[in-house]
Amino acid sequence: MALLEISGAEKSFGAVRAVQDVSLSVERGEFFALLGPSGCGKTTLLRMIAGFEHPDRGRIVIDGDDVTAAPPYARPVNMMFQSYALFPHLDVAANIAFGLKQEGMAKSGRAERVAEMLSLVQMTGLERRRPHELSGGQRQRVALARALAKMPKLLLLDEPLAALDRKLREDTRLELTGIQQRLGTTFIVVTHDQDEALGMATRVAVMNRGELAQIGAPAEIYERPNSRFVADFVGAVNLFEGELVAGFNALGLAVAGFDQPLPLDEPVDLPAGAAAALALRPEKLRLSDERPPGIALAATIASIGYQGGQSIVHLNAIGRTLRAHVPSETTQGLVRGGPIWASWDPRDAVVVIR
Amino acid sequence: MLGLGVWGRRVLIGLPFAWLALFFLLPLVIVAGISLSHAVDAIPPYAPLVSGGAIHVSLDNYRTLAGGCLRAYGESLAAAASATVLCLVLGYPVAFAIARAPGVWRHLLLFFVLLPFWTSLLIRVYAWIAILQPTGLLNRVLLGLGLIHAPLVLVNNFTAVEIGLVYSYLPFMILPLYGVLSQLDESVLEAAADLGARPWRTFLGVVLPLSLPGVAAGALLVFIPAVGEFVIPDLLGGPTTLMVGKVLWQEFFENVDWPEAAAVAMVLVVLLTLPLLVVQRFIERERPT
Repeated sequence: MALLEISGAEKSFGAVRAVQDVSLSVERGEFFALLGPSGCGKTTLLRMIAGFEHPDRGRIVIDGDDVTAAPPYARPVNMMFQSYALFPHLDVAANIAFGLKQEGMAKSGRAERVAEMLSLVQMTGLERRRPHELSGGQRQRVALARALAKMPKLLLLDEPLAALDRKLREDTRLELTGIQQRLGTTFIVVTHDQDEALGMATRVAVMNRGELAQIGAPAEIYERPNSRFVADFVGAVNLFEGELVAGFNALGLAVAGFDQPLPLDEPVDLPAGAAAALALRPEKLRLSDERPPGIALAATIASIGYQGGQSIVHLNAIGRTLRAHVPSETTQGLVRGGPIWASWDPRDAVVVIR
Repeated sequence: MLGLGVWGRRVLIGLPFAWLALFFLLPLVIVAGISLSHAVDAIPPYAPLVSGGAIHVSLDNYRTLAGGCLRAYGESLAAAASATVLCLVLGYPVAFAIARAPGVWRHLLLFFVLLPFWTSLLIRVYAWIAILQPTGLLNRVLLGLGLIHAPLVLVNNFTAVEIGLVYSYLPFMILPLYGVLSQLDESVLEAAADLGARPWRTFLGVVLPLSLPGVAAGALLVFIPAVGEFVIPDLLGGPTTLMVGKVLWQEFFENVDWPEAAAVAMVLVVLLTLPLLVVQRFIERERPT
């Protein structure tokens, strides 16, 4: 049985429909990410799991218990807040022990657990500090330790890395993954940062305008986006909009600027004449001086952006801009304004109809 | 800084000091001086401290005070202290409710809290006499409802003074409390609930400790003026209640004993400095550095 089961959850704030008919389940031990742009409903969904918001419709079941109407203090769930929300009048040890105290745990047990948690987040020795005496990174650790102290079945993390600077974010991401694996606690993290979601989570749910757009493993989301939105929001993409046309034995996509319909790698459940798009990741685009066999576009190089190991090359072709990510060592012969051929393996392009 | 230069900065810092020295320290020193003199039938009605090359200083006024006025101080402190506690008990839920109210309501409710200041205190206290007297509004309503069988004695006693003090000073408690409570970070309260604290535990463990600076400020704003209050005990307390404000008034205007009145005032200043220092120390200790 899944640890968390959400079925048909809906929530509106006045005329704003924040969450619309969301159903999903999270298994024990998963590192699950809710990914989406701001205002997509991911935070509202997280707050419904925590109990700060109650769904207008639908059910939330945690570990077999229907908690749809339960208040936050009666749920086996703890949350790490985006602002950390540490108690400013309590020191580090008292912050971590707060939840244990509510449980009625004895003082000696509390002290032991606090010490355990502090060593888990590498903050031993800072027990007596107040939150205002800590750096941003240290506060983040205390917030994590406090949320984990009660050993919740489910830990919710609201934008856990958003307030940290870039370097610290990398380290903390690694640490979060390490702690999650060591404890085996189920984590649900909300983030607007696709790198964070793809890099940490074992499964990602992409949300858009209150609805679930796609759920899957990070590679699945990236390689096989099921909609224009997911293709565009998760990573960079070249989208070719066109119209389905009947070919010899399968449908093709007629795109303005191409002399023949683009072949589709997978069957499409739409009639000829319907609108669809082909999504192609920038690193799948191949550049060559000579015209390669098969589908190819004559392009001019608009810009070459060096990024270290890879370079971002912008191309002008068929009246639009295309984006290619290529290994930097292959860009030596390229000049701005110069002609180039762009091509791709049809198997690397994904057709999206939504 | 502001490009004021050394002299500009000295003037900027010096002005408030000069103001305080001129209008606070100097009058205080004058009053202290008068309190060491004795009354004479002249204008002004006290003997000069220095005359004929000799200094005439006596603590007689303070001795008289210690003999006769202790009850007035005790009663004033008791009335002010209990009014402060009552204001806190009544004002906290009000401030909390206003701080939690939605935006538009918040302004409206704050406006209602301040509304009484639009009428003179004197008129409002007279209104209380009309409400509290044996044939007044309150007694008639209670009799009419059959809750009491004989009118309650609600004027010319300590209860009346207490009602007047609490009524008049309640806004001074509500406003600083509202100040701290409206600044409370909602996510901190959510964190408490998330960690298993029921609403009551969240209040005791998080809201109350975080609002203590507001409690301290409100308590001072009520307690200090309430101790020296004159109008309310004079109008509502009747002849039997004896409070410092009334003693001061009597010594000054009825007995024309300025030195004795000055001594009464000086002791009051000292008494009021004590709670101020205690609260100051408390805030210093709690303030994040």
